[in-house]
Amino acid sequence: MTTARTTPVADVAVIGAGVVGSAIARALSAHRLDVVLLDARADVGDGTSKANTAILHTGFDASPGTLEARLVARGYHLLKEYADRTGIPYEPTGALLVAWDDEQLAALPGLKEKAERNGYTEAVIVGPDEVYRQVPSLGPGALGGLTVPGESIICTWTATLALATEAVRRGTRLLRSHRVESVTPGPDATVLHTSRGDVSARWVVNAAGLGGDVLDAMFGYDRFHLHPRRGELLVYDKQARPLVDRIVLPVPSKLGKGVLISPTIYGNVMLGPTAEDMTDRTDTSTTEDGYAFLLDRGERIMPSLLREEVTATYAGLRAASDASDYTIEVDAAQRYAVGGGIRSTGLTAGMAVAEYLLGLLGEAGLELRERTDLPDPPRMPNIGEAFPRPYADAERIAADPEYGTVVCFCERVTRGEIRDALSSTIPPCDMDGLRRRTRAMNGRCQGFYCGANVTGMLERALGTADEEGER
Amino acid sequence: MSTTRTPLTPAVAIVGGGPAGLRAAAELAPAVPGRVLVLERERDAGGIPRHCGHTGFGVRDLHRVLTGPAYARRMVRGAERAGAEIRTGAMVTGWSPGGGLEVTAPDGLFEVRADAVVLATGARERPRTARLIPGDRPDGVYTTGHLQNLVHLHHRRPGRRAVVVGSELVSWSAVLTLREAGCRTVLMTTERPRGEAYAMLPLAGRAGLRVPLRTRTRVTRIIGKGRVEAVQIEDTGSGRRWNVPCDTVVFTGDWIPDNELARSAGIDLSPGTLGPAVDGELRTSRPGVFAAGNMLHPVDTADIAALDGAHVARTVLDHLAGRTVPGDGVRIVAGAPLRWISPATYRPGERGPARGRLLAWTDEYVPFPRVVVAQDGRTIAERRLPWPAAPGRVFRVPSGMLDGVRPGAGDVHVSLR
Repeated sequence: MTTARTTPVADVAVIGAGVVGSAIARALSAHRLDVVLLDARADVGDGTSKANTAILHTGFDASPGTLEARLVARGYHLLKEYADRTGIPYEPTGALLVAWDDEQLAALPGLKEKAERNGYTEAVIVGPDEVYRQVPSLGPGALGGLTVPGESIICTWTATLALATEAVRRGTRLLRSHRVESVTPGPDATVLHTSRGDVSARWVVNAAGLGGDVLDAMFGYDRFHLHPRRGELLVYDKQARPLVDRIVLPVPSKLGKGVLISPTIYGNVMLGPTAEDMTDRTDTSTTEDGYAFLLDRGERIMPSLLREEVTATYAGLRAASDASDYTIEVDAAQRYAVGGGIRSTGLTAGMAVAEYLLGLLGEAGLELRERTDLPDPPRMPNIGEAFPRPYADAERIAADPEYGTVVCFCERVTRGEIRDALSSTIPPCDMDGLRRRTRAMNGRCQGFYCGANVTGMLERALGTADEEGER
Repeated sequence: MSTTRTPLTPAVAIVGGGPAGLRAAAELAPAVPGRVLVLERERDAGGIPRHCGHTGFGVRDLHRVLTGPAYARRMVRGAERAGAEIRTGAMVTGWSPGGGLEVTAPDGLFEVRADAVVLATGARERPRTARLIPGDRPDGVYTTGHLQNLVHLHHRRPGRRAVVVGSELVSWSAVLTLREAGCRTVLMTTERPRGEAYAMLPLAGRAGLRVPLRTRTRVTRIIGKGRVEAVQIEDTGSGRRWNVPCDTVVFTGDWIPDNELARSAGIDLSPGTLGPAVDGELRTSRPGVFAAGNMLHPVDTADIAALDGAHVARTVLDHLAGRTVPGDGVRIVAGAPLRWISPATYRPGERGPARGRLLAWTDEYVPFPRVVVAQDGRTIAERRLPWPAAPGRVFRVPSGMLDGVRPGAGDVHVSLR
């Protein structure tokens, strides 16, 4: 059954408003195209993009020669430059890979060489003394390490939101809570049958993340298969932050990438992730086994961290593909493109994926005429700790006392910031969305003090939006 | 972007406008020549009692029985009438390089440089995350504080069927709040062998609260997408697990002081409470910085916190008058089954703690406790107390039992036999 819709046929529909889909929509809408961006979930960046280790990768450890290696290296520069322009919080902390046994120690020269083949030449092998000088809180037994000074931490939430916001300001129509259930190809346009009605577009881009292979199959393909790989994370109290000022990475081994300890952009310390292959693509629950595993690893890497309080626990599902590289291809006949199997590196690579995919689309016949009337890129609210936030800015408070009214005490989120988020280009639809935009209720008390107040503000805003028919 | 701060120079700055801070302010304001400034980050001062709907407040300090909100209002009035300045919506965010307090308020950024600082920031309950309870992350999971804020200050309703985790005094307070909000408590779960605090409640309250209490059980998983649908409970004896359908889960007790300011100042913390380690007169390890209330003993009742406030006021006056601190202290260490004891330090010759009571927390129920105080391997005092030691509420020990403590003879160990 299809419902008649008055919306015109879009030039391009991008399915999936994660970091990759948002970057693609943003890039497309820099051209004279009518772009629609759909997501099954109630918010942008609400799948794999929201719960990862939030690292801006140099690509030092990618497989040389792959598309992924190329796009991560390119994306690193693109995203960094974009972050500077839009205010996406990031901190160039650098990383230290730590070898805990002889096998790992022996792997370091190979890793350094691999980094060089990926064009990254700043990695340096260091001895145990230097390892402990850099991170004195490490547990005993470190044998050596490899420094990767270019690795950075970044706010994955703001990154996706910035790209999607700019896409919307450039005219992209964002349709949240629109799950594509089936597709009907046609001679001029493809009809996407979604959970909220049909959407038609001449071209379709599949950036559906964890759902990418299922959507790909709707276009008759069977070229990659995804399964969810669950990663659980423990986020420690900000009081632990002095323990670690850079990303502490494990040396990858046959058994996988291992557990890292990293400062977060919000001033916490993160331990994780686990890597558990799953079948359920929606199960983001945390587990006893996951916690036990992380605590066991953490006890070895940084025992003093485990004496601190845990502020939050998360689990994210990343798309594990049976293809060893990204699948980015265009089918000109069906006017269909896919960016699939883009794993956790997608945060870094997203903008480069968009750039690459647009090139392919242009070659396949999509007319890309650049616009000259583009709005300025958005300036995103700073929710990171590297730069002063509104609560510490006398000028802003003088101009608007709402920025001096701290509502969420643990995270120092002000009424003004919550108000801004609720009236932003892409406002949140629920508490999790507000958390990702402001950090409200993400702190150590998890709502003991502010929960009732913050949810009240959100409910009032959503009530208003309902009345105005904006949702 | 500007980080310029307006300087404020009161004689005393009190961080936290709950019972302890307000009572300290009420005592100090008439007694010091300069200003006494209370910094309260909430919109209204009064602290936790503001959202405790039930009665029973004010017994030991005001010698009357009030509801929480009435008690909170009275404490605020008391401080204001005494001449203290209460700034609400003013959050202390840290220490300035010069040792002052950095404050954010709607009317700007301030640096408060006071001759004495009293930390009275209280305590909160550990949320589900800090307790490492796995599962889904749906709405409907609260601490008692969150729940009571929701119901009593924002007049919102939680769900219809609640599971309450814990069986302390505060857990029953949560049950009362839930009942008032039309939410039935379908299960109270505790890992302990008995629901100790239940026996402490007045019979009248007990009759009205028919709550199924399962001892020796724990929550092993939270289930639900969007909203809580069930919790998984484990019988810790048999290991058997089953699901209890519910739409609300309240994690009660498991207190931790709001210790960020103390810790960021490098003030010594008591390993048992994680609050500042103070002596009997409530001095912290940093000269000129004092502490009072439930950040020192998480948690006792509001009246005891308030009496701390009165107690610390005298010490602050001594400090402002330039009196020297009594000699070196010895550490007071809690021994099994006591988890912590407060204060953490005893200085021979000092006034001793408020009401002549050391406050302790027990992990086991001891109906007829015999308190043993030992130093340097010798028992220096031993006394059978006529009240039980019960988990989930403070156990009081007469501080006179420390009279035989000798300076320089090492840690004092307090335990139960």
